[in-house]
Amino acid sequence: MKVSTAILTSALCLGFALPAAANRVFVSNEKGNDVTVLDSETLEVIGTYPVGARPRGITISPDGKELYVCASDDDLVRVFNPETMEEMHTLPSGPDPELFVLHPSGNPLYIANEDDNLVTVVDTQTHKVLAEIPVGVEPEGMGVSPDGKVVINTSETTNMAHFIDSESFEIFANVLVDSRPRFAQFNDAGTKLYVSSEIGGTVSVIDPATQEITRKISFEIPGVLPEAIQPVGVRVTSDGSKVFVALGPANRVAVINGETDEVEDYLLVGQRVWQMAFTPDEKYLFTTNGNSNDVSVIDVAALTVVKSVPVGQQPWGVVVAPN
Amino acid sequence: MKGRIIILLAGLSMANPALAQDSPDAQTVRAAVLRVDVPSLPPISRLDAPPQDLGFAGARLAIEDNDTTGRFMGQDFEALEVTATPETAAAEMDKLLAEGIPFIVTLADDAETLALADQAGDRALVLNARARGDHLRGKDCRFNVIHAAPSHAMLADALAQFLMWKKWPNWFLVAGSHPEDVALADAYRRAATKFGARIVEARTYEDTGGSRRSDSGHVQVQQQMPVFTQRAPAHDVLIAADENGVFADWLPYATWDARPVAGSAGLVPRSWAPSLEAWGATQFQNRFEKLAGRPIREEDYQTWIALRMIGEAATRTQSTDPATLKEFMLSENFEVAGFKGQKLTLRDWDHQLRQPILLATGSVTASVSPQDQYLHQNSALDTLGFDRPETECKF
Repeated sequence: MKVSTAILTSALCLGFALPAAANRVFVSNEKGNDVTVLDSETLEVIGTYPVGARPRGITISPDGKELYVCASDDDLVRVFNPETMEEMHTLPSGPDPELFVLHPSGNPLYIANEDDNLVTVVDTQTHKVLAEIPVGVEPEGMGVSPDGKVVINTSETTNMAHFIDSESFEIFANVLVDSRPRFAQFNDAGTKLYVSSEIGGTVSVIDPATQEITRKISFEIPGVLPEAIQPVGVRVTSDGSKVFVALGPANRVAVINGETDEVEDYLLVGQRVWQMAFTPDEKYLFTTNGNSNDVSVIDVAALTVVKSVPVGQQPWGVVVAPN
Repeated sequence: MKGRIIILLAGLSMANPALAQDSPDAQTVRAAVLRVDVPSLPPISRLDAPPQDLGFAGARLAIEDNDTTGRFMGQDFEALEVTATPETAAAEMDKLLAEGIPFIVTLADDAETLALADQAGDRALVLNARARGDHLRGKDCRFNVIHAAPSHAMLADALAQFLMWKKWPNWFLVAGSHPEDVALADAYRRAATKFGARIVEARTYEDTGGSRRSDSGHVQVQQQMPVFTQRAPAHDVLIAADENGVFADWLPYATWDARPVAGSAGLVPRSWAPSLEAWGATQFQNRFEKLAGRPIREEDYQTWIALRMIGEAATRTQSTDPATLKEFMLSENFEVAGFKGQKLTLRDWDHQLRQPILLATGSVTASVSPQDQYLHQNSALDTLGFDRPETECKF
C-alpha cells in the first residue's frame, strides 16, 4: 500500500476498488454507529463509515463480496459492499441481532436474537428467513462446525451451548457451561469446540462428537483481580495449535496450547478486549478494546502486541476480508 | 408464558432438545412473592410513585427466564404474586405455608421481614428482596433467610469508597427521624470509621408530617432546606439518610453551602438502576421494559435475582427438590449472574448476596463499588458490608 492518503481518499470517494495488496480490517463501533476500516499491512485507518444503530456482530462472505453487520437497534442485518462501504441491502434478522455466524459455504446466516431467545436463520441469497429456533435466554455466541453440519448457540442467562442440526434446525444437545457463555468457536479440524464463559471466568473445551466437556480452562494473572478475568472472544489458528482468548476487563489475551489446553501466555492489549480476528495468513490477530476505543494488533508468530490503532466509540466486533 | 413457548415450539415443529423437553411430566418449582404494602404518603417526586406491579414485574421476568432454561431441563417454574398489608401479612404467609410453597420472596420492611421469617421457620426459605436493616444480617439473622437486597452497611460502604476515592472525607450527615433513618445513619457512621472519613456534624430532620407536594405548588420542606443546613462545619459533601423519602430529594441545590448531596438523594447507592448499560444490562433493561412497560426499580431487580437464584440452583443441580436447591444455594459452589459484571455469591456467615453496588444519579450510573482501590484477601465484594470477622450473626 504505497498509495498516498490523498489518492486513497479520492479513490474511496469515487467508490473505486482498492488494490488487493493488503486486507481490509472492519471494526464495528457499538456506540459510534459506524465501522472503522483499517489496512492490515500499514495498520492505518482507511476510513470510517456509518452502518446503522448499535453495530455489534460483523462478518464477511467467504468470497469477500458482502460485509454483514448486526445493526442491533435497527433490528436488522445490514449488508455492505466491503470495497465501497455502500449499503447493498438488508437482511431480516429478528429483533436485536447481536452476533451471527455464516455457514462455511457463505449461506445461510445464523443470527442470535438477544432479546427474543431465538436464533434466526436467514438465506443470504433470497434474503428470506428460513427458520426461527427457540433457544435459551439471551442467545449470543454463534459457532459453526467446519463441515457446516452443526451450529452452536450459547445463551448467556441459560448458560448452555445449544447444538443445532443445520439441516433440520433442531436442537439435538444442550451442554451446561459456566455463567454467561459469550462465544463458541470450533477448531478447523472440528475436534474441539471452545465456549467462553464471561462471568464464570472459564473456557469449556467440548468434544463435539460426544457433547461432553473434556476440560475447563481457567485463568490466573498476577495483579489482576479474578473478577476482572472475563473470557469473551475465542480464535484458533488453522492448525489448531494456538487458541487465543480475549479476557475482557483483564485487558489481556490468553494464549492457550491447542493440544494440551494449557495457558501458555498472556498478552497485554487495550481495555475491555472482546472480539478478535486473524488476517487470512494468520500473521496478525486484531482485538477490539471497547473501553480504550482502539484495536490491538498481535503478531501471531512472535506473540507480541505490535501496535494499537485508535478506532471509533466502543469497538465491538472485527472481521478481516479474505482477499 | 409456558403456554406461549409450547405453542411456539409446536408451531415451528422443532421441539427435540436432548436433555429434556417441556412435557406434562416437567417438574415444577413453586415459589411465591409476598409484598407487604404499608400505606404511605405519595413520594416527593411523581416519577417515584410505586407501580402496581412493583416487584412482581421482576418476578415475571425471572419466571420467564427460568422457564426458558427449564424447557431444556424438564423444569417448570411458577411464582404466586401476593399482596398484603401489615395486618394481613401473617395470614397470607400462613396460606402460602399451608400450600407447601417452599420458596417465599418477601418485599417487606425490616420488622415484617423478621416476623415472616420466624413464621416460616423451617417450612420455607425466605428470600428477602426489600429489607435493608443490618440487624437482619446481624443479631437478628435467621438461617432460613437469604438476603437478595443489599444491606444498609453495603450501601453506605459503597458510597464511602467512592467519596474517599473522590477525596471528599468530610461529611455532613443529615438523617430523618424514623427508626430506619437512624439505622441508615448508623451505617454511614460505621462506613466513615471503616474508610477514614469524618462526620463533621450529624443533624436530624424531624418528620412532622404533611411535608409532601402541595396543590398550590409551594413546597414547605424545600423552603426549609437552606436554613436547616445553615452553620454546618466545613464539609465536602452532605449525606442524607432518609429511607422514607421525606426530605432528601429537596436537598440538592437547596443546601446553605454549595456542596454536593449524596446518600438518599443526589448520588445514590443502589442495587440496580434503569440507567445501567454495562455487562449486558442493556439487554436486561430491554427485556424488562418490554414486559413491564416501565423502567425497572430496585425491588424488581431484587425479586428477579432472588427467583433467578432458585432457577440457577435448579439448572446446576438438575433437580427441583426444594431441599436440594436450598442446600446448593447455601453451598460454596453456588454462583449466579446478575448483569453486574461478576458472579454473585452468598456469604455463608449471614446469607447476604455479595453484589456490586451502583452509584446512580437520576440519569446515569456514575460509578460502581467496590472501587478498584479497595482490596480484599477473599473477594473485593466483601469490602462492602459486614465481613466474616465482624458479623454478629450466629445461626
